[in-house]
Amino acid sequence: MPQRPAPLNTALGTVFALLTFFIAPTFSYGDELNIYSARQESLIKPLLDRFTVLTGTKINLVTGKGDALLTRLRSEGLNSPADVLLTVDAGRLYRAQQAGVLQPISSQGLNEAIPQHLRSPENRWYGLSIRARVIIYASERIDPSELSTYEALSAPAWKGRICIRSSNNIYNQSLVAGIIASQGMEKTEAWLNGFVENFARPPAGGDRDQIKAVAAGQCDVAIVNSYYLGGMINSDDKRQQEAASKVHLFWPNQNDRGAHINISGAGITQSAKNVGSAKRLLAFLANDESQQWYGETNNEFPVRPEVDVSKTLSAWGPFKADQLNVGELGRYNADAIMAMDRAGWK
Amino acid sequence: MTVIVAIPVLVIIASLIQPFSSAWRHLADTVLIDYISNSLLLMVGVGFGTLILGVSAAWLTAMCDFPGRKILSWAFLLPMAMPAYIIAYTYTGILDFAGPVQSTLRATFGWGYGDYYFPQIRSIGGAICMLSLVLYPYVYMLVRIAFLEQSTAVLEASRNLGKKPWQTLFSVALPMSRPAIVAGVSLALMETLADYGTVAYFGVSAFTTGIFRTWYGLGELTTAAQLCAFLLLFVFALIMAERWSRQRLRFHHNSANKKLVRMQLNGWHAYIAWLIGCLIVGLGFVIPATQLLIWASSRWQENLNGAFLSLLLNSFSLAAIAAICCVVVATFLAYTKRVFNSRLELGAVGVASLGYAVPGTVIAVGVLIPVAWLDNKIDFLSRTWFDIPTGLLLSGTIGILVFAYVVRFLSVSLNTVESGLSAIKPSIDESARSLGSGPGQVLKRVHLPILRSSLLTAALLVFVDVLKELPTTLILRPFNFNTLAVRTYELASDERLVDAALPALAIIVIGLLPVLLITKSILNERASHE
Repeated sequence: MPQRPAPLNTALGTVFALLTFFIAPTFSYGDELNIYSARQESLIKPLLDRFTVLTGTKINLVTGKGDALLTRLRSEGLNSPADVLLTVDAGRLYRAQQAGVLQPISSQGLNEAIPQHLRSPENRWYGLSIRARVIIYASERIDPSELSTYEALSAPAWKGRICIRSSNNIYNQSLVAGIIASQGMEKTEAWLNGFVENFARPPAGGDRDQIKAVAAGQCDVAIVNSYYLGGMINSDDKRQQEAASKVHLFWPNQNDRGAHINISGAGITQSAKNVGSAKRLLAFLANDESQQWYGETNNEFPVRPEVDVSKTLSAWGPFKADQLNVGELGRYNADAIMAMDRAGWK
Repeated sequence: MTVIVAIPVLVIIASLIQPFSSAWRHLADTVLIDYISNSLLLMVGVGFGTLILGVSAAWLTAMCDFPGRKILSWAFLLPMAMPAYIIAYTYTGILDFAGPVQSTLRATFGWGYGDYYFPQIRSIGGAICMLSLVLYPYVYMLVRIAFLEQSTAVLEASRNLGKKPWQTLFSVALPMSRPAIVAGVSLALMETLADYGTVAYFGVSAFTTGIFRTWYGLGELTTAAQLCAFLLLFVFALIMAERWSRQRLRFHHNSANKKLVRMQLNGWHAYIAWLIGCLIVGLGFVIPATQLLIWASSRWQENLNGAFLSLLLNSFSLAAIAAICCVVVATFLAYTKRVFNSRLELGAVGVASLGYAVPGTVIAVGVLIPVAWLDNKIDFLSRTWFDIPTGLLLSGTIGILVFAYVVRFLSVSLNTVESGLSAIKPSIDESARSLGSGPGQVLKRVHLPILRSSLLTAALLVFVDVLKELPTTLILRPFNFNTLAVRTYELASDERLVDAALPALAIIVIGLLPVLLITKSILNERASHE
């Protein structure tokens, strides 16, 4: 007679022991803040740890994609444990505000510190760092005088010379939403049709991949978020450094509305149990020390213009940013996607 | 129980009763055809890919004998530990225009862009290759068990009738293994349909990317759920069609007590066997794992720390718990089906096992909505009756996460358990029953020993799947709870492949432990028969 499968029995015992351990209720102690963050752990945890050291407030973190976190927040309703929602683009904050999960924040300090176009007009969310979407060009092959605006890249002269990632990417959606907000739908569609014609290859990969493709000669220009270039310049990887050294950054639309920007930002949830500490956290994330940290760690620009920027950022020079309220990017997001679908931007 | 497991899938299907928004019109006008045709193309490609790779691997190691066969028989399982999105990242790093292979070619021959042809890895063909390379072990595993458990008498009869080995494969062994082949290929196909990481990275607009684009981009969760519901109906129809087509067929046979006579491969035949083995395992495991090792070794001092150990522990215990829960639930369901065999039961089990074809994030939503609703209801009642707020009892715990895994991976364990169970003749039950055993005893003393390898296989498959699982974990996990897959994803999505390599390797290494265990157990079982 074959033996009974012993591993199965012991395993079952262990599992029940583990289950009771895992599901045991978490007791709260002292001051705590619960955060749902679309900003990934390595790009926010060090700042949060610093906040805990300074204030004694313990911070609990879940990271994930913005819309998934928002869905979790909505279905948990007023019982949600989350106090703060952090996102990496304005569209998600706008959407959270529309869904009614963010509460108005009355903070003179934040309103004075953060420029008006980088926060919600109803004070429900605040931008905490700026991410600029710029043109990258091959320094050997392209003269910067050939470049001017995003719009100009739809000219037939650029046929087969542009690299850009998929229209699934939120930063491309925001870029197009920004153009819709400034130019209207009709002009945007016309621009998109020409622009998509000029792609050197079907969109794939991330922003760094586009930069590498420009460096390798597959295309002449690419549109990327500037912090990816910063990341490659400061990379430990020789290959990335080398690729970054073959391209230059160009600030588009400097003679009209300015370069397209987006924000990472935060709001306080309707269900927040600890509004006081949540406000202190937002103020902390906007202070000088934190603002510089964004630049040094991830090459993002501070939301407060008076804060000093890192060496990498200052090397790109000052630039004029679009003054459109970033919440508008959320408003036009769906329109942008539909326009990109119609233009065949994969 | 069946009903509870079916709820999340039903939540998604129930989205169909909601009004269809104007977004549908837009989708139908523009991208829907692309989503459908690309997904079908992926299914056909991956279906053939996994079938060819899986069956040849199983045939070589189960039916043939050559030096080193045992090594190959476990090496064929290695790619299973490789998450599809990781192999995609790795091969892109190697084969991309800016990668080392093409750069070396350009430097050697003095070529520039456009001077030569090189297949584009980030394409639908690339996605088919990547998915086939890591998903064929499902087919291999199940078909190998089927080959091994096949009656040697039937195979010998075929040989004695003068059939060549190839003819025996196609006319006897394969048809007799049909339940296993179907189970394996359908697992691979469902995983293909649910895959988001690979197709998104390769820029292939498949059905999953469409679902997320509709949800994230257009902000239309209902439309996204409706898209997903149509996907499920399609999968359901396929499964039902297959079941219907083999309704009257039975695949029982006498358990093989005779020693299996393997076909001896010598000389260049053995070399060819090795060549095939090395090619499959090399592409699916050795090359990407080596690349990861190179990346990881350059940065391991910074990345290997206390936090990393807690990642290991979290991932391991989560996968172990989920694997055991899944197998218990699957065994329960398989038996209720076998014993009661009612239409309602069949339907509910069918619905529940669709979870595997659903992208993890969508399953997470299907779990989240009813559980949060229940939590809030309990809190409300407790407040009104006892004046005690309970808060959210299940949401945000490991419990909801394990529940979601059971829903998502039930199909994996159920298919395996069922295909094992289908090899046990009802007459065995009858003899045991007539000798005075109750149903419980039949299970314990007759079925469990026979099913042992199927149950272990099911547990292993779920274990490895949970280890690799990302989207469900990401959205449902408790505060301050990270896993290796979450860490890998966060780093890789930030295009920091070098830092992502260490947690990725850890997933693979932990995933290998049960692979070793299981092959040992299967080999031993065979030996005990002999």
